[in-house]
Amino acid sequence: MAVTDIKLHHEIVVHGHDDHHDEHHHKESFISKYIFSQDHKMIAKQFLITGIFWSFLGVLMSVLFRLQLAWPGETFPIMETLLGKWAEGGILTPSGYYSLVTIHGTVMVFFVLTAGLSGTFSNLLIPLQCGARDMASPFLNMLSYWFFFSAGLVMFISLFIETGPFGGGWTAYPPLSALPQADPGSGAGMTYWILSMSLFIISSLLGGLNYITTVLNMRTKGMTMMRLPLTIWAFFFTAILGVLSFPVLLSSMILLLFDRGMGTSFYLSDIYIAGAPLTNVAGEVLQGGSPILYQHLFWFLGHPEVYIIILPAMGMVSEILATNSKKPIFGYKAMVLSILAITVLAFLVWAHHMFISGLNPFVASIFVLFTLLIAVPSAIKVFNWIGTIWRGNINFTPAMLFAIGFVSLFISGGLTGIFLGNSALDITLHDTYFVTAHFHIVMGLAGGFGLLAGVYHWFPKLFNGRMMNNTLGYVHFWVTFVGSYCIFWPMHYQGMTGVPRRYYSLEYFQTFDIYGDLKVFITVAAIIVFFAQFLFVINFFYSAVKGKKMTSLNPWNSTTLEWTSPIEPGHGNWVGPIPHVHRWAYDYGKDGHEFIPQTVSDDQMRAQGLKVTESGH
Amino acid sequence: MAAETLTKAHDSHAAVEDGSNWGGGKSPFNVSYGKLMMWYFLVSDAFTFSALLISYGTLRFSSPEWADPNKVFNAFPFLEGWDVPLGFVSLMTFILILSSVFVVRAVQEGHRMNKDGVLFWMFWGIVGGAAFLGCQAWEWMHLIHGGTTLWWNPYGPQAFGMLFFLITGFHGFHVFSGVVLNIIIWIQASQGVFHRRGHYEMVEKVGLYWHFVDLVWVFVFLAFYLL
Repeated sequence: MAVTDIKLHHEIVVHGHDDHHDEHHHKESFISKYIFSQDHKMIAKQFLITGIFWSFLGVLMSVLFRLQLAWPGETFPIMETLLGKWAEGGILTPSGYYSLVTIHGTVMVFFVLTAGLSGTFSNLLIPLQCGARDMASPFLNMLSYWFFFSAGLVMFISLFIETGPFGGGWTAYPPLSALPQADPGSGAGMTYWILSMSLFIISSLLGGLNYITTVLNMRTKGMTMMRLPLTIWAFFFTAILGVLSFPVLLSSMILLLFDRGMGTSFYLSDIYIAGAPLTNVAGEVLQGGSPILYQHLFWFLGHPEVYIIILPAMGMVSEILATNSKKPIFGYKAMVLSILAITVLAFLVWAHHMFISGLNPFVASIFVLFTLLIAVPSAIKVFNWIGTIWRGNINFTPAMLFAIGFVSLFISGGLTGIFLGNSALDITLHDTYFVTAHFHIVMGLAGGFGLLAGVYHWFPKLFNGRMMNNTLGYVHFWVTFVGSYCIFWPMHYQGMTGVPRRYYSLEYFQTFDIYGDLKVFITVAAIIVFFAQFLFVINFFYSAVKGKKMTSLNPWNSTTLEWTSPIEPGHGNWVGPIPHVHRWAYDYGKDGHEFIPQTVSDDQMRAQGLKVTESGH
Repeated sequence: MAAETLTKAHDSHAAVEDGSNWGGGKSPFNVSYGKLMMWYFLVSDAFTFSALLISYGTLRFSSPEWADPNKVFNAFPFLEGWDVPLGFVSLMTFILILSSVFVVRAVQEGHRMNKDGVLFWMFWGIVGGAAFLGCQAWEWMHLIHGGTTLWWNPYGPQAFGMLFFLITGFHGFHVFSGVVLNIIIWIQASQGVFHRRGHYEMVEKVGLYWHFVDLVWVFVFLAFYLL
């Protein structure tokens, strides 16, 4: 059988190549190996585990505020246990509710789906799949994690301060974020929030610079850009998005900080409290500023941010679908170009978050055009994923299920994006649960499914060749998949009838009494999905220590380079020289071979008496 | 991993590669990763400044009136009472550009592996940067004494004062960090660190940053003094 021959071959071929990097054989202390590690694989694990911590905290917060939404006024002793004075007598206070929503949004978007997703897998896969010993600058890479860690620490501390964490929404619009007296959380809580975000921006910058330069400069011989796996293309463009958009958030944070502490009014103008205009320290009425300016600056980051979340998931899903269907990715070039198109368009659509801010309708129409244009590359990707698994020899691993789940969620959530991209429709839908449903499905859930697919697929590369338990993986997938749809699908109906999002309680709207049972249904589904995630963590930590060891180098019969590194790769990834690359990453099913690793050349195949046609890649 | 297999594989793959720069194994831009990183950092930082300058534009054009730079910036140190519109800032700008030229010379001497040349020109680059910071400090003090602050501005809308101090302050912070970096490089060069390394690329990388800071000043200058 051809496959075994190639495998055998592939393990004995070690390319002779004078490489100046030798593996790092120096002895490492506990601190340099596990804490201030400069090994990209360890840093990936640090990002992942920190991300898992934040995802549990973030999702727990959503469960708590869902309890309030489903049963307003009901007492839940657990709330008081967890939240103290923010839920006195077991009833969540409005301030507590808004802080939970805000911090849920912030940590899920930034700490889980940005750092936990792209931080983990860019770190793990860029050197391994490009064929590099490590990142371009391992030291900056280490700093990137520790800045992220500090950002998390500051955010975590803000949960425990007396006035509570910030409660003005994850977008932190002024004046709620600019006036410390606006809300308890707008005081010290908001200062911590800004500090945390600033640290996060630095972390993202250091990581992004590393990812870009590593992909451009450190690829092994023969690894042309058009031979790269789609994962790397996705991480590459994600990093570009981050490097170009996060600095604008930094600028907006600087201006905000000045408005809060230095008496300026960049975002404030003619604010009246109890009939009296707000003045600054010089006794002047605050004027000349514009809260809409903040929205522009914020969404110039905020919109690319959603692609920073979704592109890595797309890249990993492409890779997992092709590997487990044993078919080449459908339309590789179209996939690369659509990632590029999404990256460019990502910078041209930010104001579609601001259709109801009083934006000039003429300007809105331009943003409608660009927003709807993004549907084109997105649809190309969806059709290519379907084309990839179409009539494939599918191996339904948990990773594959999550990847297919990703495609399903991306379609469901993407279609409602076309509704919302139209400014005329958006005006009625924007402040309703329709938007909540849309972005949770297309960004939150799809990003989360991409993350989970990646963890199940690359777990052996993260934890020394150990595999996760499949049965637990299947149960985890089905409960999460069905449960997630149960949470967010009904929100579309609520939104279309006008149920406003962001409200602490809907008790005062008799119209919405019809949703009493639906709200309870959503909350129950959320609780079930939350508890299902414990199956994943148990599986994760148990398998990391005691999981079944893989017996061959390449458990999924994949073509890419990371599966040529040892089962327990040291710092430096490959023992001996770095393998060279002779073909693209998607030679699945070529000439009747199940897969041909990138390291095997046509000549070597022929030397073994294996049939192979000239490869176009 | 028999030695024979190794040799065979080595011989066989040589013909396969196309040798293009994008083929992996060497940098497509023929630059080191460090320089590439610096370039990407500068692009990123350019976005930070762009955001601030666009905010400036937004607030300025939503204001019915604006301060006249010829009246705000007409003072010159030691020339009390003279009306020298934009005189002092022209001097500051000249100093900063001159300092950039000195750093260009330092980079050039680095390419020639001339340690003394690097030290000489870098020293004058540092002096230029420090002089610019001193000028900025004087200008700020002069404006603050004249009543322009983050909250108020005798020449027109308060937005002028807050934008001026924030943006020139943020730029000044960049100049300050540039001077610190240049000093570090000067010390390392004087200890022969780069000479032993065999190249003066660090001088070039820090030089890139220094020119960038200079370039940003041109836009800041344009926004506050000329328009």
